[in-house]
Amino acid sequence: MRIGVFICHCGKNIAGVLDIKRLVEEAAKLKDVAYATDYVYLCSEPGQKEIQQKIKELELTHVVIAACSPKMHATTFARAVEEVGLNPYLLEIANIREQCSWVHHDAPEEATEKALEIIRAAVAKVSLAKPLAPITVPLTRKVLVIGGGIAGIQAALDIANGGFEVYLVERSPSLGGHMAQLSETFPTLDCSSCILTPRMVEVARHPNIHLFTYAEVKNVEGIVGQYKVTIEQKPRYVDPDKCTGCGDCAEACPVIVPNEFDQGLGARKAVYVPFPQAVPLVYTIDLEHCLNTKRLIVCEQCYHACGPKAINYLMEPKEIEIEVGAIVLATGYDLLPLEALKEYGGGIYPDVLSGLEFERLLSASGPTGGIVRRPSDGKIPKRVVFIQCAGSRDPEHGCPYCSKICCMYTAKHALLYKHAVPDGEAYVFYIDVRAAGKRYEEFVQRVMEEERIVYLRGKVSKVFQRKDKLVVWGVDTLSGMAVEIEADMVVLATAIVPSKNTADLAKLLKAPIDEFGFLNEVHPKLRPVESSAMGIYLAGAAQAPKDIPDTVSQASAAASKVLGLFSQEELSLEPIKAEVNLENCDGCAYCVDVCPFDAITLVVEEDGHKHVEVKKALCQGCGCCMATCPKEGINVAGFTLNQLKAQIHALLKEDEDD
Amino acid sequence: METISTNKEKRSTKLRLVLKKQEDWLKKVEEISGQNVFACYQCGKCSAGCPMSAEMDLLPNQVIRLLQLGAVEPLLNCRTIWLCASCFTCTARCPKGVSLTRLMEGVRLAIFRTRKSDEISPKEMVKETLPQIALIGALRKLTA
Amino acid sequence: MEIAYFPGCTLKTTAKKLEDSALAVADALDINLKELPNWTCCGTVYSLAEDDLMRQVAPIRTLARTEALGYSTLTTLCSVCYNTLAQANLFVKADSIRLEKINNFMDEEPDYKGNVEVKHFLTILQELGTEKLKSAVKKDLSGLKVACYYGCLLLRPQSVGIDDCEQPYILENIMQALGTKPVFFPYQVECCGSYHTAVKPEIVARRVYRILENARENGANLVVTSCPLCYFNLKNRQKEIKKLYPGFKPMPIFYFTEIMTDAFGLTKTLENI
Repeated sequence: MRIGVFICHCGKNIAGVLDIKRLVEEAAKLKDVAYATDYVYLCSEPGQKEIQQKIKELELTHVVIAACSPKMHATTFARAVEEVGLNPYLLEIANIREQCSWVHHDAPEEATEKALEIIRAAVAKVSLAKPLAPITVPLTRKVLVIGGGIAGIQAALDIANGGFEVYLVERSPSLGGHMAQLSETFPTLDCSSCILTPRMVEVARHPNIHLFTYAEVKNVEGIVGQYKVTIEQKPRYVDPDKCTGCGDCAEACPVIVPNEFDQGLGARKAVYVPFPQAVPLVYTIDLEHCLNTKRLIVCEQCYHACGPKAINYLMEPKEIEIEVGAIVLATGYDLLPLEALKEYGGGIYPDVLSGLEFERLLSASGPTGGIVRRPSDGKIPKRVVFIQCAGSRDPEHGCPYCSKICCMYTAKHALLYKHAVPDGEAYVFYIDVRAAGKRYEEFVQRVMEEERIVYLRGKVSKVFQRKDKLVVWGVDTLSGMAVEIEADMVVLATAIVPSKNTADLAKLLKAPIDEFGFLNEVHPKLRPVESSAMGIYLAGAAQAPKDIPDTVSQASAAASKVLGLFSQEELSLEPIKAEVNLENCDGCAYCVDVCPFDAITLVVEEDGHKHVEVKKALCQGCGCCMATCPKEGINVAGFTLNQLKAQIHALLKEDEDD
Repeated sequence: METISTNKEKRSTKLRLVLKKQEDWLKKVEEISGQNVFACYQCGKCSAGCPMSAEMDLLPNQVIRLLQLGAVEPLLNCRTIWLCASCFTCTARCPKGVSLTRLMEGVRLAIFRTRKSDEISPKEMVKETLPQIALIGALRKLTA
Repeated sequence: MEIAYFPGCTLKTTAKKLEDSALAVADALDINLKELPNWTCCGTVYSLAEDDLMRQVAPIRTLARTEALGYSTLTTLCSVCYNTLAQANLFVKADSIRLEKINNFMDEEPDYKGNVEVKHFLTILQELGTEKLKSAVKKDLSGLKVACYYGCLLLRPQSVGIDDCEQPYILENIMQALGTKPVFFPYQVECCGSYHTAVKPEIVARRVYRILENARENGANLVVTSCPLCYFNLKNRQKEIKKLYPGFKPMPIFYFTEIMTDAFGLTKTLENI
């Protein structure tokens, strides 16, 4: 056995702290190490060449690379050693950057000792490594896209146009998501529906897209390449094949309820389409408000009004089973409820609105026909105060993060308000204006300069009602003055939070979420659209607050990842999988219970002999089975018990026999 | 829009601060108050809601700002820290969980502990029967 | 259950009305309050210094004595006492080393182990439930439009607040149960100026003016409070307000317990307004 140890400087990241010379000297002395060296950037082209050359020249059989986290460059180095004929599983990465030099920069001597231990452990582990070959599994080249907002629409269209079948599932009765609710979009002031609805129609007509609206994903089983998905189609009580979207049913319906699409500022009937451009244009009976119940039909107004006899009160939920190879999560966002902002009277004063509510008031198709009116009395507000960071950047009362889109939409709101009410006054309270985006800063400047909107630098402390006005107590830290404004309307740029059910869905898919419930990407810079659950891709605000351009970009990126995956006929998977040692396994089946992926089954042979069996495609190599097995009867390839023991003994500086 | 200021006294007219960061003093205030002044991002919400801001010469957020700058002089001479009545409105609403209430007390105590003289004399108190809590409260907050 | 009652200095002098009416309320509602036998000053205004344990001795001594007498709950009527005792309680519960130091310092006292809960009388009434209050009402007060003033120390900091610090409702709930009409009152959580009344009465007058005018513009015909210092400021500074704002009309101020004893038919305090 001839092990080569390569130690990376990573510029000053490692060499600035650790004593590289000493590391090389000590590494060279380790058992079975034939060669040890260092290099300034091993991940660079010449660095990789150096490794390859030494493998050939010195006939190295195993390699340890002491550098950054394997999350960063394990694949890079694996590819490099493979090119010169070394099995990539005979390579071990010793992480002396994230786990050593970065965290111990204030104690270089001790850090060097620790780095040495990390290298020693890696050498011990790799010396027991066996060559492994990737395994192949079948790949169903169809994709499930969850969420029918602009993110889901874009991802679905890109993948469908790439020639693969797409199942698009949307929870509400129509495609469109929040973008359909917006009046105009910054910084170009395109009408939101005008640019969105053609896309919605395209989805509905696309031969490669199976559209399920008013439907939810109930269950997902399996792994990348072969997911089994159960979709529940909720009953609309209107036959979509017969409904012509004429609206006679809604006209006849006696029940009036607040329209969610108008954020409750407008009304709809119990049988409804959320908005006139809905796709599909099929009416839905909302049984929660309909006078009829599952057991008792007391009103048949819509039934009698419907020409094509599409109404069917007896419709049942339907389960649809599909098989897909990949899933795109595009579940979008919600707003922090106004009620969370008690000091601003959120949820108490009718004229304290959220940004989305204000969008509906600005929208030509909104409840007021685009005339900005106060919900309380229908009057046109002559003085509007906009409060940014309402719950954002506020770890104490809301969310610590910046919601990213509010600076821009608030500027847009102020501008659109001035256009709608030219003699009105608009004031914007802000902490910082974050307008990083193409033509964003220019847009904000234009709003200030041309519309003469006063931006006050400071956060509002309290809003309360005085007669028919809202008194706003704010501050302008630039002039050093506390400020009081008597406003007719207050618009809060409430924080963006993940849409409800995102967490449940993530749990079902074993896709990690962050502490706020947003979906987590594998790597924030290098793998921003993939979940660490393989085969799951992320698009839009479900991953983090995003505006439309960023959402569309990410959706296209997720689509391109799916298309990349689908460019293969079958799927090659890492061989880091559990393997049963039939000599030791006695079929006690402890491992069956602990396996989080249901990858292990108990087999009883005809002679009564019992042992377990691993479905390689399902196994994720987590090692729960190996840790549970009392008999060393199951091992994860590449991370066998013996390898881990050797690693630990090396760290403890013990001989293995001790 | 109406700005409120019943403050009769003129603010110090010095418009350039010669910065000499007085770290020791800042550390002392942070130690007494248990607060990190750099957690404040100067949104000004404290000033926006302070019931005493109309009476003050420095806004509450400016007190933290001066602490961040390590600029002690303006704090030693301001009225603001003595007008703060520890009502906790700023603390309750601070998005960053900074207790300006405690920082104000920290500044007052740091001053008392160095100069050992009172901010008010009992002679200045009103001549009427007060609830004891008013009397003792004032003496606790305004005398060393 | 017997509950230990800590009156504090002000309740025995300028706020005697609060104590008398509150004890009568407790009596009428079968709340068994027992005044602590040897109480001392609570410390008045909670010390906000992390490094000055001396200032915590007074409230902790009271808590130690309460605990030694076998009580698990200590109630107060005065907002300042409540706030000081409750904050001191949290301060030592959060850090056993602090508590040990204070216990060692007070070696003549029993050690405080941290097993007393400080509850404002309002919380006890809330736990009793409004039905019980309603059943004790004998007099129709439906004509009263009441502005409920909380001030600071009942609600802030939130760690000891007895209700939501922006939209409290505990007083309104009680007032409603008595049959009165609580009014919308956004200034109810705005500070009255507190102890500045002793040195700068004009500041307090300006604060109180805004508070009372806010109550008036929302239709209140009286203001109730639970804090003796707020009560003093709201009531006594009206003479200074009159000088600063000649158009100002007086506003009656009551302890909430005075309204309760009237409603229960025990007193006729309101007849004079």
